Amino acid sequence: MRDPFRGPPLFSPSFVDVVHAYAPDLLAPPPGAAGPMPQVPEGTTVAAARFADGVVMGGDRRATEGMAIVQNDIEKVFPADHFSAVAIAGAAGPATEMVRLFQTELEHYEKVEGLTLSLEGKANKLSQMVRGNLPMALQGLVVVPLFCGYDERRKTGRIFRYDVTGGRFEDTDFHALGSGGRDARGSLKKRYRHDMDGATAVAALVEALYDAAEEDAATGGPDLVRGTFPVVATVTADGYQRLPDDEVRGAAERVVAARARGEG
Amino acid sequence: MSIGFGYVTPEQIIKDKADLARKGIARGRPLVVLEYAEGILFVADNPSTHLHKVGELYDRIAFAAVGRFSEFESLRVAGVRLADLRGYAYGREDVSSRSIANAYSQTLGQIFIQEPKPYEIELCVAELGTDGSPSALYHVIYDGTVTDRKGHMAIGGQSDELDAGLQRGYSDGMDLDAALALAVQVLRSADPGGNSSRLEIALLERGAARRAFRRLSEQDVTARTSQGEAKGEDSA
Repeated sequence: MRDPFRGPPLFSPSFVDVVHAYAPDLLAPPPGAAGPMPQVPEGTTVAAARFADGVVMGGDRRATEGMAIVQNDIEKVFPADHFSAVAIAGAAGPATEMVRLFQTELEHYEKVEGLTLSLEGKANKLSQMVRGNLPMALQGLVVVPLFCGYDERRKTGRIFRYDVTGGRFEDTDFHALGSGGRDARGSLKKRYRHDMDGATAVAALVEALYDAAEEDAATGGPDLVRGTFPVVATVTADGYQRLPDDEVRGAAERVVAARARGEG
Repeated sequence: MSIGFGYVTPEQIIKDKADLARKGIARGRPLVVLEYAEGILFVADNPSTHLHKVGELYDRIAFAAVGRFSEFESLRVAGVRLADLRGYAYGREDVSSRSIANAYSQTLGQIFIQEPKPYEIELCVAELGTDGSPSALYHVIYDGTVTDRKGHMAIGGQSDELDAGLQRGYSDGMDLDAALALAVQVLRSADPGGNSSRLEIALLERGAARRAFRRLSEQDVTARTSQGEAKGEDSA
């Protein structure tokens, strides 16, 4: 690590630029010769939906390596800063590292500039970081985030999804990613109402993750025995808030009870 | 004399540089830092609303400086970079005010010796103590000298007088209102004619939040300082 007090001046509010300039060894190395990729843990299903006051985001707790389950309490939903959240699907190692870099990036910009980035600016920055991972993605280490936040200028929640090339697409209602993403989207499509309140949105999201767990072998359902539940967070005008496990347990139990009655 | 015309002794060079830096700093508007029961308070005499003298470095560490803005601003940004790099490479708890103060000390020391003109700045690195450990206040001056201060400090302007004023009014564990009233009174007394100047106020606050730094908004500052001044007059 070089000393940021010495050397030619760097005029950039970006932490990624700072790392490139002073400690490039902290970033992922460029890929070596193509060869068989070792198996690494993969995160599976994450989903987000807009509601009247903002957005809700959630993810199941399972990580898999091929056919094996390697972790049952992994977290895939993180606060990016006070007004945004990011969820990851794909290779868990590089993905969590990308989240850490993104969190530091947003805070660094805020401290250096004395201003927070617009939600649009944060979404674009994440897009550049996903694009930077493209060489790794081509080798099989795909990282695709789902980003959402409360846009303080437009007074609304917004959701952005990405593809491996860094392509950034805004979803006006909901989206889900990962191996069970398709099933979660199908479930959300039926439950989604654009003016639903927070509790309804949380219920719809938990049910979507439940549906994904029923259809997709790599997605974990709520574990009522061990008390492991999806991570669910909301971002509203009051900022990022992770829901306490009790609340998610309640929502999960209601889904299970409805299924027991033969509904859904 | 065997020494040629135009020779200046190293002692004289250092003295001239120090005089230049000291004069520059004394011309600037002062700033005070005070520990209070629930945190650390920064009050700066600063006419600008956008060019801040106090800033956040890391979760519980803040920066405050007086003197030339362009000179301390580049150091502030370098400090943020150092802190964020450390925190990213190791862990959030591994970022300490001591290592940042050291980096400032080394940098200012080198500039003082090597550059034709020293930096005309003085700065403070403050860290809020956690879990009962004491807070730290580091004072770094233009030639890189770093000292460890307790409770309160004043930098810039007539800082010796200000320090004496703080010493008289300071008590351990004072609350925020009392600390603010003391800071405002000390700053105002040093500058009797210039009551119109704006105050920049920021805090490192003990609490649940990871990031302890908070800047008071323009309205907060007006409300709090007018209240503080009214109190000050009552007690006078």
